[in-house]
Amino acid sequence: MSLTYEKLIDKYEPVLGLEVHVELGTKSKMFCGCSTVFGAEPNTQTCPVCLGLPGALPVVNAKAIEYTIAIGLALNCSIAPFSRFARKNYFYPDMPKNFQTSQYDEPICFGGYLDVKVDTDEGVKEFRIEIERVHMEEDTGKSLHMGGATGRIHGADYSLLDYNRAGIPLVEIVTKPVAGTGKYAPEVARAYVSELRDILRSLGVSDVKMEQGSLRCDANVSLRLIGAEKLGTRSETKNVNSLRSVERAVRSEMLRHAALLEKGERVIQETRHFHEDTGDTTPGRSKEQAEDYRYFPEPDLVPVAPAKDWIEKIRATLPEKPSARRTRLQESWQVPDKEMAAMINADVLDQVEQTVNLGADPTRARSWWLGEIARIANERELPASSLPITPNDVAEVVALIGKGELTDKLARQVVEGVINGEGRPREIIEKRGIKVVSDDSALMAAIVNSIKAQPEVAEKVRGGHIPAAGALIGAVMKETKGQADAAKVRELLLKHLGQA
Amino acid sequence: MSKITRADVANLARLARIEMTEDELDHLSSELSVILDAVARVQEVAGKDVPPTSHPLPMTNVFREDENRPSLTPDEALSGAPAKEEQRFKVPKILGEE
Repeated sequence: MSLTYEKLIDKYEPVLGLEVHVELGTKSKMFCGCSTVFGAEPNTQTCPVCLGLPGALPVVNAKAIEYTIAIGLALNCSIAPFSRFARKNYFYPDMPKNFQTSQYDEPICFGGYLDVKVDTDEGVKEFRIEIERVHMEEDTGKSLHMGGATGRIHGADYSLLDYNRAGIPLVEIVTKPVAGTGKYAPEVARAYVSELRDILRSLGVSDVKMEQGSLRCDANVSLRLIGAEKLGTRSETKNVNSLRSVERAVRSEMLRHAALLEKGERVIQETRHFHEDTGDTTPGRSKEQAEDYRYFPEPDLVPVAPAKDWIEKIRATLPEKPSARRTRLQESWQVPDKEMAAMINADVLDQVEQTVNLGADPTRARSWWLGEIARIANERELPASSLPITPNDVAEVVALIGKGELTDKLARQVVEGVINGEGRPREIIEKRGIKVVSDDSALMAAIVNSIKAQPEVAEKVRGGHIPAAGALIGAVMKETKGQADAAKVRELLLKHLGQA
Repeated sequence: MSKITRADVANLARLARIEMTEDELDHLSSELSVILDAVARVQEVAGKDVPPTSHPLPMTNVFREDENRPSLTPDEALSGAPAKEEQRFKVPKILGEE
């Protein structure tokens, strides 16, 4: 019998383990000078080193080590005074060398933590996620599975390999088992990946695009009876490609494990694949046969022993922590928690901050990025940050409204124009002939016309029924093609009808 | 004396995706044992004062700057491939794994 989620958490405790892989944003690969640019034509960014041709020798990219140390420091890790690369041996065509250069028992960084906040029934609660290790490795090539009915590996006739990605520096961040999150396990998992992504972005070490695979999360989930010491058997759900999917995948695995356990069956230790469309997982490779990677120290690379002053130099350049920055911005803008969360969810915090730095009022800046711009972004199913509108544009629009040169309504037209690529705000105002009608006599003419057209409405207003004025104001706005300042029209109209 | 069993060889063959006959397994397990024994003699020479090493030279921190160098052209990269298609390396289907 399967359990509801509520029943499940009364009986079982979920334990998580999260492995995040992040592709570093270096110009060149981990061990060779090939470019790392995303989306290039297949096999245009390869060389004897990353193709594993005989005799080719790898040399470590110093920037990749620097970035990895920065990540370790930002996650409160210790930096190993001496660490080595190791060969992880496996025969699979995604690595032409037949091994992946990784790290085994000597990672560069170890023993850190990251605190994340989650909204719970008892208010916002902080959870500490212990970091086991941060180690360096290299990414693999990309396979296309050809033929077969589904285009997936099962039933495929053959595979095609592109090694542009093989050898791109990859950092793996591994947590210790995360217990004690109870029913919030899915939310904690999401909050962790989200916070980690913000940190990596603030460090400037990666473009952290989950949809392009530069940030990937594997979620290990197990259940144990509440009070039990021993961990349950875990499943490992691979390549969960969005924050929302992290949350859904953990939840779906918790439910699947519980259903098995309730039936008296056992959970199989295996890799599973998350499906965005259905929200559930299907089995991948079974790990019943213990993995045997025969790790051994990489003889082609010398150990890494970062000097103390190098580490301290990196520490000194660490940016403000995203969590600290959020607190600072929220205080300075005087924004309620909910609005702050909305900005973070819409991923427009940077944009709002820059708009404010350009002189816009925080409330105004926020309402543009969360309002009209977010609306258009939603419509087009794009993140707001990828629309062709800049904080500069928004600050200018806000300033023009402040000067009375635009009404809110006209400003929306301008913003839409900018997003449609018609130019910068000034250009659009000029091109479209947008102008606020503030000339009182022009407005008065329109007001008189509106009263002539709807005398009975005007009578109501004269009689003290102010809300009726809306119909007249609407008519004036229509006549002036929306270019009048509605507040101004209202003021003139009411005065004219003896109500102000 | 190190001893590589027949099962060890069979396991390695499986990991390396190499199909081996029964005869080959027998033959190789004794042959590999001899090789391992030869290598093991190095350990007799190394005293307690010699730390295990992964590299013949006692060096650390050999780095390169993060700079691009020319890659091979796709034609060059694929020139040794037994099969290719769509500018990619073509490989047989991979069974039972993903």
